[in-house]
Amino acid sequence: MNVESAIEVNDVSMMFHLSKDRIVGLKEYIIKAVKRQLFYEEFWALRNISFDVKKGEVFGIMGLNGAGKSTLLRIIAGVFKPTKGYVVINGAISPLLELGAGFSPEFSARDNIYMNGAMYGHSPKFMDKLYNEIIEFAELKDFENVALKNFSTGMSARLGFSIATSVQPDILIVDEVLGVGDYLFRKKCEDRINAMISNGATVLIVSHSISTIKEMCTRAILLEKGEVKCLGNVDEVCEVYGDNL
Amino acid sequence: MQLTKKRLAIFTMLMTVIYFVPLINLPDSIVGTRGENLMLFVPKVFFLSLTAAISTGILLVLILKRNYVKEQISTFLRYRHLLKLLVKRDFIMRYRKSVLGILWSLLNPLLTMLVITMVFSFIFKNQVDNFPVYLLSGQIIFGFFSESTTQSMQSILSSESIIRKIYVPKYIFPMAKVFSSLLNLLFSFLAFLLVFIITGANFSWTMLLLPIPIIYTFVFSLGISMLLSSMAVFFRDLTYLYSVFITLLTYLTPLFYPVSILPEKVVPVIGFNPMYHYVDYARSVALYSTVPDLWSNIVCLGFALAALCIGTFVFMNQQEKYILYM
Repeated sequence: MNVESAIEVNDVSMMFHLSKDRIVGLKEYIIKAVKRQLFYEEFWALRNISFDVKKGEVFGIMGLNGAGKSTLLRIIAGVFKPTKGYVVINGAISPLLELGAGFSPEFSARDNIYMNGAMYGHSPKFMDKLYNEIIEFAELKDFENVALKNFSTGMSARLGFSIATSVQPDILIVDEVLGVGDYLFRKKCEDRINAMISNGATVLIVSHSISTIKEMCTRAILLEKGEVKCLGNVDEVCEVYGDNL
Repeated sequence: MQLTKKRLAIFTMLMTVIYFVPLINLPDSIVGTRGENLMLFVPKVFFLSLTAAISTGILLVLILKRNYVKEQISTFLRYRHLLKLLVKRDFIMRYRKSVLGILWSLLNPLLTMLVITMVFSFIFKNQVDNFPVYLLSGQIIFGFFSESTTQSMQSILSSESIIRKIYVPKYIFPMAKVFSSLLNLLFSFLAFLLVFIITGANFSWTMLLLPIPIIYTFVFSLGISMLLSSMAVFFRDLTYLYSVFITLLTYLTPLFYPVSILPEKVVPVIGFNPMYHYVDYARSVALYSTVPDLWSNIVCLGFALAALCIGTFVFMNQQEKYILYM
């Protein structure tokens, strides 16, 4: 593969099954199999997507709702495996797909920090070193032993962001999470992401907002109904996106 | 040459046949007396060769796919802390808000034993020596199996929110359930020791071999757990079916009755129940101070490896689809 690229997406397609009534039981399965009713509709969320992102580049993904942006990000983050094609990743990924993924409400912020860290593959020892910084950044010093179910949405989101960005990743995936928290915290998040960019992280951003993409990215891709509409320089892509609206 | 699934299956079948022939000529000490019964002798040798073939198959995969295996091992090592934390969380969740806490792990087998002993020790008075120990030794092995498989069956489904959002190796979830059942087993073992001492049974050094049947049962349960947790994603009603099956298996395993009460025709059928062999193994080292022969070891190992292979194979093949069915 190309040593220069951080992410290489090769002819990726993703198909979902859309069955009208989902078969969830063995009994139903056998009945339907006997009646030969095991049909489902194919839905291609993505079709033949190819692009690559160079190391240190800030790359934007644009598109209307249902264009397949989130599916694409999940494939890159390794959550989905594409039906066709493949993705090559060069470096450690930190996905900010959904903040607070895997939080368990019954447990305290402290337990959740260690648990979430383990989900990113960090050892408890490693998390010990990061712990104070995470709590401080999330501004939750007084709540570290409170069960997460008593947290407000904003507090959980702050904690999630703080954990996910506590380590400088090679590749950062941002899925419109900047919309959480109040103005001050949003500013803090932006600063942190900008610091990561200047430290040489490759960043993948999904956004509806033309201004955000224009401001941060150098190149972008525009998706429409699962297909590449436009790929290239950020100004070109934004122009096509603007015309479409 | 590429190592495809089809070729591996053909290889295993071929190896089974190849091993079969020389194994017939093994000394009696390993396969038992030839004269006893041809009906038992042939399946015995077949099991033996199958175990040998599966072991060879596993070795072959480990050698030929060493890059893939290495990659998997390093992924597992990266996520071993997650496994540890999940087991810990399971343990805390189990006992939080209960007054007696961890004591329940000790009390539960003791109370069950008490009830069953009261009923059955009258019936089998002359057939089983030291009924409480007989019962408990079987119960803790069987309980471990039924608890770990039942719990892990739901593990993939109940971790949906994690699996949807973050990449983690999915087998960690059923594996964590099996490990936390193992932890529970250790507490039940304390109850077993307690009863052992109170009833004045004789300690012998073979007691130290008790980890062996536990390891066999662990590997077996892990395999079955992977298989079940994978299938439960596609067929939700499997949970109900399985609970019926476990009840059936409880009666098919000589837990609270001696094998000797079974009619002769049923005994070979019981031989196909893996749990019978694990329970029997545990009893012979803990209760009867005997060291099981090579043959019982091979049967136990064979069942465990076969379950692990099938479970891993199904799980790894299906794991990309889970997300589409949740």
